[in-house]
Amino acid sequence: MRVQVAIVGGGVGGTLIANRLRHLLHGDARHETNITVYDAHGIHTYQPGWLYVPFARQDPEKLLRPEARLLQQGITLLSGHAGNVQRILPAEKRLLTADGELHGFDYLVLATGSRNAPEDVPGFAEGADHFYSEEASRRLQEKLAHFAGGRIITGVASVPYRCPPAPLEFTFMLEADLRERGLREQTELHYVFPINRPFPIQPVSDFVAPLLEERGITVHTFFNVEAIDPARRIVSSMEGEELPYDLLVLAPPHKGQDVIAASGLGDRDGWIPTDRATLRVKGYEEANIFAVGDATDLPVSKSGSAAHYQGHVVAETIAADVQHRPLQHQYHGRVACFLETGHGQATFLWFDYEHPPKPPKPRRLWHLEKAALNTFYWQLIPPARI
Amino acid sequence: MSSVTITREIDARGSYCPGPLMELIRGLKTAAEGEVIAVISSDPGSKTDIPLWVEKSGNELLTVEPLADGAARFIVRKHLRK
Ligand SMILES: Cc1cc2nc3c(=O)[nH]c(=O)nc-3n(C[C@H](O)[C@H](O)[C@H](O)COP(=O)(O)OP(=O)(O)OC[C@H]3O[C@@H](n4cnc5c(N)ncnc54)[C@H](O)[C@@H]3O)c2cc1C
Repeated sequence: MRVQVAIVGGGVGGTLIANRLRHLLHGDARHETNITVYDAHGIHTYQPGWLYVPFARQDPEKLLRPEARLLQQGITLLSGHAGNVQRILPAEKRLLTADGELHGFDYLVLATGSRNAPEDVPGFAEGADHFYSEEASRRLQEKLAHFAGGRIITGVASVPYRCPPAPLEFTFMLEADLRERGLREQTELHYVFPINRPFPIQPVSDFVAPLLEERGITVHTFFNVEAIDPARRIVSSMEGEELPYDLLVLAPPHKGQDVIAASGLGDRDGWIPTDRATLRVKGYEEANIFAVGDATDLPVSKSGSAAHYQGHVVAETIAADVQHRPLQHQYHGRVACFLETGHGQATFLWFDYEHPPKPPKPRRLWHLEKAALNTFYWQLIPPARI
Repeated sequence: MSSVTITREIDARGSYCPGPLMELIRGLKTAAEGEVIAVISSDPGSKTDIPLWVEKSGNELLTVEPLADGAARFIVRKHLRK
């Protein structure tokens, strides 16, 4: 009997797992294991690049590659209707795709990522802009190109959201961009954030707060967006504050994918309850069902970095099991990422469940490393070279 | 605490980013009026951050229980702002 490994989602986590697993299987195990990646689009997107699109510093077309080209030979890709998973039936160990086919599995990896849920905040769709999709970041590029001064509010609409540093990075880049275009004097900048400091990590906040002040950006903390009034151009918070705006750029509300909720596998927002160490889906520990990346409810940042480290753990665990030397590898909560502070500088954040981040002062070096990762992502991460 | 039913518990031990307060906000967002949820934090900063936000947002901190491993369990009741 051949072993069926089903990976749902050909994003950062799913692609890395497929390639890494194939690499870790040897001899008969390699020949007798079918690895199938199901992806609704068949196109892989490097999402971090969307951050630069509003400033016309990135061509969004260059952030896309056919998923088929990123998978090693011997891995099956199903995409379009054939790869769009509609229902997961964990008890039967089968999944249903949009073309009506049922596919059996022995191992299942859920790597479906997250989706933007503007409908969660009244007025968001009409009143706010963002850079969390190709379409939205293109639209924002248009708006910024025609912006002639006024009051801009940036920040976060709701938690959780992808890549915690991104809204802050956007704010710093926006300030620099307005300055370069001679529009800084005519523009008031405000940054809103859900908790009592501008960034979750205290030492990062400690050096970011003076930078925001230096650049004349007013910070509104404890601001959890409740509603947006597009007609009056006012954003209001759960905490009872109201702010007027001319341009509002917020990380949108996020949710898990519909297939997770439809299959009864998610919490109220569609995030998959996942064991923080084994990455097995809670309630299905014996069934070899794993979840990685943005799709999970883990208390780590929704980042490609977390998906990458988690992907290695799941690939190693499945490879060991298939080759009859079962060993549960553990995820220790590791995340590593950069935070751009503008003016060609960045800092580097590295932490896990046991080790708090100790960010170095912003330097040019980290900025160059982030730029290098943006360029070499395709050669490094999907093929699981690191 | 015998009359209180906790409908959801979030283990945010070792969460530095987004961190325990963001996890609590995430949990309360989808809770109904009067629902009680718990968040476990190993971050010493939570002892000030969480009570501050709970007060500011009009929710209610019922109790903070110290745990054996040095972490703390914050039990919060959701109130919709009037
Ligand atoms: C503006 C921005 C900046 C960012 N910057 C950074 C950064 O600097 N560093 C960092 O680490 N992270 C960053 N991220 C976050 C990072 O891109 C995501 O966290 C990462 O892509 C998550 O990987 P994933 O594998 O969990 O999901 P994804 O990469 O989102 O992949 C999910 C895949 O699942 C597929 N799918 C969904 N539903 C189905 C279905 N029903 N059937 C079949 N397929 C399905 C989708 O088509 C998609 O291909 C950024 C994100 C944004 C938006």
